[in-house]
Order: sequence, then C-alpha cells, then structure tokens
Amino acid sequence: MRSDELVGQVRAFLAEHAPATTERLEFLRARFDAGLAWVNFPQGLGGMDLPRDLQPVVDGELAAAGAPDVPLPRVGIGLGMAAPTMLRHGTVAQLRRWLRPLWTEEEVWCQLFSEPGAGSDLASVSTRAVREADGDWVVDGQKVWTSTAHEAQWAVLLARSDPSAPKHEGLTYFACDMSAPGVEVRPLRQITGEAEFNEVFLTGVRIPDAHRIGEVGQGWQVARTTLMNERVALGGDPVPRGDGMIGLVVRKWRARPELRTAAGRDALLRLWVAAEAGRLTAQRLREELAAGQPGPDGSAVKYANSHLNQEISGFELELLGDEALRYDDWTMRRPSRRDWRERTSGYRYLRARANSIEGGTSEILCNVIAERVLGLPREVAG
Amino acid sequence: MISLRYSDVEDELRASVRRVLADRAPWQAVLARVESSDPYDTGLWQTLAADVGCAGLAVPQDRGGAGGSYREAAVVAEELGRAVAPVPHLGAAMATAALLSGQDCGLLAKAAAGEVLAVLALPLSTRPGAGLPGTVTADGERLTGAVGGVADALPADLLLVPANGGLWAVSREAADVSEVISLDMTRPLADVTLAGARATRVADAAPAVAAALLAGTVLLASEQLGIAEWCLDATLAYVKRRQQFGRPVGSFQAVKHRLAQLWVAVTQARATARYAAGCLAEGDPDTAVAAALAQAHCGPVAVQAAEQCVQLHGAIGFTWEHPAHLYLKRAKADAIALGTAAHHRDVLGDLLTIDR
Ligand SMILES: Cc1cc2nc3c(=O)[nH]c(=O)nc-3n(C[C@H](O)[C@H](O)[C@H](O)COP(=O)(O)OP(=O)(O)OC[C@H]3O[C@@H](n4cnc5c(N)ncnc54)[C@H](O)[C@@H]3O)c2cc1C
Repeated sequence: MRSDELVGQVRAFLAEHAPATTERLEFLRARFDAGLAWVNFPQGLGGMDLPRDLQPVVDGELAAAGAPDVPLPRVGIGLGMAAPTMLRHGTVAQLRRWLRPLWTEEEVWCQLFSEPGAGSDLASVSTRAVREADGDWVVDGQKVWTSTAHEAQWAVLLARSDPSAPKHEGLTYFACDMSAPGVEVRPLRQITGEAEFNEVFLTGVRIPDAHRIGEVGQGWQVARTTLMNERVALGGDPVPRGDGMIGLVVRKWRARPELRTAAGRDALLRLWVAAEAGRLTAQRLREELAAGQPGPDGSAVKYANSHLNQEISGFELELLGDEALRYDDWTMRRPSRRDWRERTSGYRYLRARANSIEGGTSEILCNVIAERVLGLPREVAG
Repeated sequence: MISLRYSDVEDELRASVRRVLADRAPWQAVLARVESSDPYDTGLWQTLAADVGCAGLAVPQDRGGAGGSYREAAVVAEELGRAVAPVPHLGAAMATAALLSGQDCGLLAKAAAGEVLAVLALPLSTRPGAGLPGTVTADGERLTGAVGGVADALPADLLLVPANGGLWAVSREAADVSEVISLDMTRPLADVTLAGARATRVADAAPAVAAALLAGTVLLASEQLGIAEWCLDATLAYVKRRQQFGRPVGSFQAVKHRLAQLWVAVTQARATARYAAGCLAEGDPDTAVAAALAQAHCGPVAVQAAEQCVQLHGAIGFTWEHPAHLYLKRAKADAIALGTAAHHRDVLGDLLTIDR
C-alpha cells in the first residue's frame, strides 16, 4: 500500500470515529480493530501487514486530528516485550486474547524472570512448573525485582519444567494471571526511597496449558526474544534533539548564569556531543530496521544510553552544587511512571544507577556484543 | 530527513575504491613509500581522481564535476582513511570546495577532472572560525610571506593562498615548498614560502576558506571513521588468532569488553559522520552543527581505536614493521587537524547558545 492510500484509510476511520466526540478507550479499541495500532502487525491483530516505516504516516495523521495519545511504541513491558514475544511464539488464540487490551493499556504486564539465585545467569532459574494430569501446570517459586507487578494483570513467566534436562533445555515460558490464587506481591524499596519493583512469591499457582507460550522445553528461546526486545525498548524511542536528560540540564545551564564555569561548559558540551551521537545512532539503527536490514543489536544503544544518563545526571548534581545536597522526598511510595523530570536532581542521579543493571547489566551487554556481533570466543561455557 | 544509511550507489563506489586501494596501496606499500623520497603516491591519486572520478564528486555537472555529492565524497574519504593512503584527497577536496564557493575561473573544472591538483595553503591545524593567519601579503599580483604545516602541498600543481582578503592561485614552481618531518608520515606537511610570487586572484578569501574548512571537517570525520574501522577490524582479527594461556586472547573479558566498547563508539562515529555528510550534501541548515559534532566525536574515536590497536597487539603493535603505527600517527594528527575536539565543542557551544 502506498502512503497516500494509507492516509485515505486513516481519514475514513477518523470520519467514523471523530476524536472530539469519541471516548478515549472506545477510540483506542476501534483504532486497534481498524488495523491502525501497529501497521506492521498482522491483519486482525491491530495491524495490516504493512512495513513498519508506514506507522509514522498513521501516527502523524491521527495526531493532527487530535486523536488520543497512545503509549509510545516499544516502551514498557507489555508493548515492548510481551507483545513481540507473543507475536513470534504465541498461538492465534493467545494473540486475540491478549494483544488488544495490552495495546490499549487496559491490561498491564510485568516480567517474572529474575530470581534471588538467577540474575545475569537467567537460564538458571529454579521456579518450578509441574504438569498435572489434566495438562495444566502448577508453579512454585520466588521471583524478584519485578517492576510494576503491583499494577499488572498479567506476567510473562520463565520457569523450570524439567530439572533433569540441561539448564537451557528444561525451561518453559508462560503467561501468568497475576490475580490467580497463590500469587503474592511484596514491594521492595529502592535507593531512591520509592518502590518501583517487587518480590513475587508463587505458591501452587495454577496456569492453564493454554497460557503456555511456545513449546514445553523451549522457554529459553522464547525468553531470548523477550530480552532482545527489552534491549531495543530500553534503547528508547525516537526523540527530538535536545530532549530527555541532556535537554533538561542544558535548560538549567541557560536559565542559571550563576552556575556557569569554563570547565563546566566543556563538560556539558562533551555530554551534549555524546547524547547527540547516541541519538543519531539510534536513528540510524531504526532506518536500517525499516529498510529490513538486520541492524546490529540494540544492545549498543542500550549500553550507550545507560552510561550517558548516568554521566549527565551526575553532572547535574555537580553543576547545582549546594542545591544538589538537598533531596526532595525519601518516603516509601509507588512511583508514577513518568515523573523523573519533576523530581530533584538527586533522584535522577540515583535512578540512573539502575540503567546499567536493569534489562541486562552493562557487563553482560559487552559480552553479548563481543560474542554475537564481533564473533569473539566465549570465555567460559555457561 | 537526512538519511544515515549508505545507498547502493555509495556501496558500489566504496567497492571500486577499495579494490583500487587493495591493489595499489596495501600497507606494506604505504610503509615503504613513506620512507622514500616520494612520500605521496601521485600515480594512485591520478587513478582515483581522474579514472574513478573522486576529485569531482562534490562538483555539479554544469561546473565540470561528476555531479555526485558530499555523501559519496565522504565514502571515498572513509576508504582512504581505512588504507591510510598517501594521496592528497583532503587538500584537493578543500581546494575544490573553495573554488566552488566563488565565480567560475576555469580552474574548478580542471581540479574536478583531476587534471590539476590545487591545494589550499593553510596550516593543517587551522581552526574553523578562528580567523585567517594573515602571514602572506599581496602587492599587486605578487605574494610574499610564509605558511607553515600545509598538508598535501608537496604534490600540488597550484597553491590557493589567502592574502589581503583574496584567494590567490600560485603555481607550485613559483613557491618554495619544503617538506617537514611530520608526525603523520602518510600525509606529510610542508612549509610554504613566497617571495614576490606571481599570483592570480580566483575568489574572495573569507567565503572560500569557510567553505573549504566546512567541507574539510566533514570529510575528515569520515576519514577518521575509516581509520577507526580498520583499527577495530585488525585488532579483532588479531585477538581471535593470538593464543596465550592456551586460548585466544580475544576470549579474555578485559579484552572483549574494550572491543565491545570500541565497537559502540565506532557505530556512533558512523552515525555522526553520515549525518554531517548528508547535511553538507543537501545544504541543510544544520550543517554547521553536524560538522562540529562529527569532529568533536570522530576525532577522539579514531585515536581511541588506534591506541587500543597498538595495546591489544602487544609488542608486535609497537614495531615499525606492523601497520598499527601508521594509523596511530594519522589518527593523532587528524585529531589536531582542522581544530581539536575541544575546539569543536566550543564552536558547538556557540551554535547551540550554551553560553559562557
Ligand atoms: C530497576 C530494576 C528493575 C528491574 N525490573 C525487572 C523486572 O521487571 N523483571 C525481572 O525479571 N527482572 C528485573 N530486574 C532485574 C535485572 O534484570 C537483574 O538485576 C539483572 O539481570 C542482573 O542480575 P542480578 O541483579 O542478579 O546481578 P548479578 O547477575 O548477580 O550480577 C552482579 C554483578 O556481576 C556482574 N556479572 C554477572 N555475570 C557476569 C559475567 N558473566 N561477566 C561479567 N560480569 C558479570 C554483573 O554485571 C553485575 O555487575 C530489574 C532490575 C532493576 C535494577
């Protein structure tokens, strides 16, 4: 389809669902059903089997008509990780059940991967999934660092279904209903004071076999799809120049002449250069993806971004000096998802520490780049 | 939006330039040449400039060029950096950009066709935006003065000299051009002295020099990318092969992580260099920012790559017989050429109103 034909379709859709008079959720559901959610997805599942690079045509047309905002593409566990994993490994029935409420954000997802004994070495998870006579599963174990578990209706879950098999072969991947009996979520407080993640105890949780994603014993392959997408998601979406953390600090520099020093200016410009180089690199990766060329791992973008955020937020404290010695609020609370801009500089500095740990540590990303992109030999078998 | 990918045409051009360089300028030949009395490979430059058409890539057809663009010229610069080829492409490209900015004087078409090698007589270390040296003065049509540390002047036919607000063409024979013992042996510098040399005014100096420096910084970034790519590739090949403690040294995590980080840096350098070339090719209003960004980023990456290349080769990388030093010297000289990264950050600060 050409982009002008697509524009025609979007306009026809808008004629039937005028944004001004249609309720938000109703509009989003209709948009999904019209195949305008993610045009690269299959027909009937929110898309039209079109190339991914036609999505901006739809988004631009809808935004111009004042359509309600949708969650940013690829961000978040549901959109960024669960959806692409299901698309690759799920059944049609599963896709029909889960994709629409996931896209409209009626149902939040979380990720039950990490355990106290299995972090970087994720394939060593020990949460057990035992198959019952009726074919369904019973799951027991403990997960940890689970972001948004307290808001989630569903989780993607990696569990050991065959302890006698080699570690990568005994795993199975499920969607777990977070309201099922035996699922217990307890908040974990972070260095910022708040609790964004949780520990999750699974005690005799029944999971229907229809909620298994992928084959029994193929859980590792499925989980790898999730992890790859996690790194793309954490690598971020297109942002205009001067947005994000660097934009925030540049604005402070402009607004506060009394903070300026010659050394500070060069340090800030170094960070600006790094941020802009990173932004263009992400843009180039997206161009290659859109052109169907398998660009190198999104790991590079995730790696660079996390260190950049850490450096910029560290710089912000030094720029502010005295002021940075005060923190805004240590009370234990659940964070609202996008409030980092309103928080104090100390919060941004502390939160950025997690960037090089969550979604695969920087050390692990370097291993991935070295082994999968550069073809260097593995150090140890694992 | 500026495309950051390589087009099929650019890929084909890269392949043909790479073939010529593999054939004519393998590193052994480069190493042998830099110690000879004839450090520039003028025969190779003739092939590239005239036969492959590299000299006129950025010149429109109606002005005698090949009607390509700076995107393609940048791809050529990448390949020449990859080979540390001892050819005067940077000097030629800057002179062409200078001539392009002015009225036609017949010289542009000859330079674009590779018939005449014109080179801008400015120190290689000239910082864009920092003003002209003013060490040469014009008296009528005669120039007197000196310019030190000029790149690519040795093989030039013509020197383009800024003096008294004009840009003047001086034939190589009318000037004293003496070779300097240079840090970068693959792009040796020369000191140029003029004593009443006969000259022809070809353009106004200020716009011509500004255009030349802008094109120079953009192409230099691509050259730096090429240097970094070669260093990364050569180091990867070596650490996969070299065995110590009964296994390839490339299996040690300390080595792997450095190379992974270098790969990330090179990937970023590619994006910034492509962006700068794309902006320049399309006359984008963001070109000044793009050029300064590319210089601020690519220079240090090339140096980092060359330094890691020496380090991860161990002592063999410290020997004259190994090519690593050619790249290290080129990378470090390039980091000073046309303004250091710190200078370009300063320029960016002014462009972005990140005030003092
Ligand atoms: C804010 C936040 C949110 C998170 N959200 C979730 C979530 O929603 N769901 C979920 O499942 N998990 C989540 N995680 C967990 C995250 O994926 C893990 O923390 C991460 O994979 C690292 O595991 P670990 O903490 O056990 O560290 P470990 O694996 O114990 O690592 C400790 C240190 O050793 C290093 N190390 C380990 N192995 C190697 C190696 N082979 N080579 C070199 N160095 C190595 C690591 O890099 C690290 O520095 C979250 C973490 C954070 C911080």
